[in-house]
Amino acid sequence: MNASAASLGLLSCPTCSLVSRAPAGDGALAFATCARCGSALAYRKPGSIGRTWAFLIAAMALYVPANTLPIMATSSLFGSSDDTIMSGVVFLWEDGSWYLALIVFVASILVPLAKIIGLVVLLLSVQLGWRSHQAERARLYRLVESIGRWSMLDIFVVALLVTVVQLTALASVRAGPAALAFGAVVVLTMMAAMSFDPRLIWDPVKEPRERHSHA
Amino acid sequence: MNRAELLACPECDLLQSDSAVPRPRKALCARCGAVLYQRHDQGLERTLALTAGALALFAIANAFPILSLELQGERTDATLAGAVSALWSQNMQLVAALVLFTAIIMPLAELAALAWLLAPLRFGLRAPQFGAVFQLLQFAQRWGMVEVFVLGSLVSFAKLGHLANVEAGIALWSFAGLMLVMAAIEANFDPRDLWERVAPV
Repeated sequence: MNASAASLGLLSCPTCSLVSRAPAGDGALAFATCARCGSALAYRKPGSIGRTWAFLIAAMALYVPANTLPIMATSSLFGSSDDTIMSGVVFLWEDGSWYLALIVFVASILVPLAKIIGLVVLLLSVQLGWRSHQAERARLYRLVESIGRWSMLDIFVVALLVTVVQLTALASVRAGPAALAFGAVVVLTMMAAMSFDPRLIWDPVKEPRERHSHA
Repeated sequence: MNRAELLACPECDLLQSDSAVPRPRKALCARCGAVLYQRHDQGLERTLALTAGALALFAIANAFPILSLELQGERTDATLAGAVSALWSQNMQLVAALVLFTAIIMPLAELAALAWLLAPLRFGLRAPQFGAVFQLLQFAQRWGMVEVFVLGSLVSFAKLGHLANVEAGIALWSFAGLMLVMAAIEANFDPRDLWERVAPV
């Protein structure tokens, strides 16, 4: 057995994973539901490529203000400073906390960038109908899916610093506009990854043989 | 072939049969390597027990301060709810909502959904709205970010350590415990077994 469920007219349930036969008749597929749990069934996530691009383009646009605007404004008796994500990393590095600098750099700068580039590669490869490197692209998809959440790190750090420092008389920390943009990038890239249907990577694989057998 | 033995890989749609006896503990897709299922003896019972423990840790983690800062005799505590309201009062309502959603609401929803689905099963009953609550569980597993929040707390702790006298609060330890218990839940929960028990095909 070496065929996709879809090529045999079978639908698998995204909720309870029961495999069922697609209903016969024109238009019946649009209303297909799982007999066991009632979830809507489809061969592939509807509008996957368009939705993924939409979330991804919005994320790319917001990635710019997220990195250029200040994420945190600190003021104290010794003066005030606006920190972007990158200047925060540089500060930690120069301060000797290279391990913290590395964690924040990976979670806040590298992870969102890797996610955006990874999804662009996946989308283009599917739209251009690539037939090679499926296993590598499947791994890339799993990587993009699993690292996404870690870029929330900086939002949590800002939230805690703001809370603990805001009440002291000597210093105050305020969240900057980049916090909003950055939070949006995290949410949008996660939604982009969820909209992408990894089964599309494998769909062109069987085509040559099918064409052959029809001929 | 029995319908229950048919599996389609969620990540590449390859149709596979699960008729091998004995069934493996962990099955990977033959084509793309995605995890098809993980089977555990008593997995659902263990998940329910861990969920009860996680709910207790969740309550403690939300009731006590995560960090306390002492500066010139002044002491401030940061609780998770306090962090949400501090962001809110700084005109960062959307960021506050995001923290509330990912660190409080979704982890609680995940635990509540597990309890809802698994507790009646102990008495051989199928919980009402089973399918909808299962979908809520799947959603909450993606958006709950307890482990990221724990790392964020540690980074904040280290950052503040340079400036002032900081203390880790009870909630930081509780959150770290919650993170471990939720990882154990993820490792023990067997959705395939759950569906086979409530609705065999």
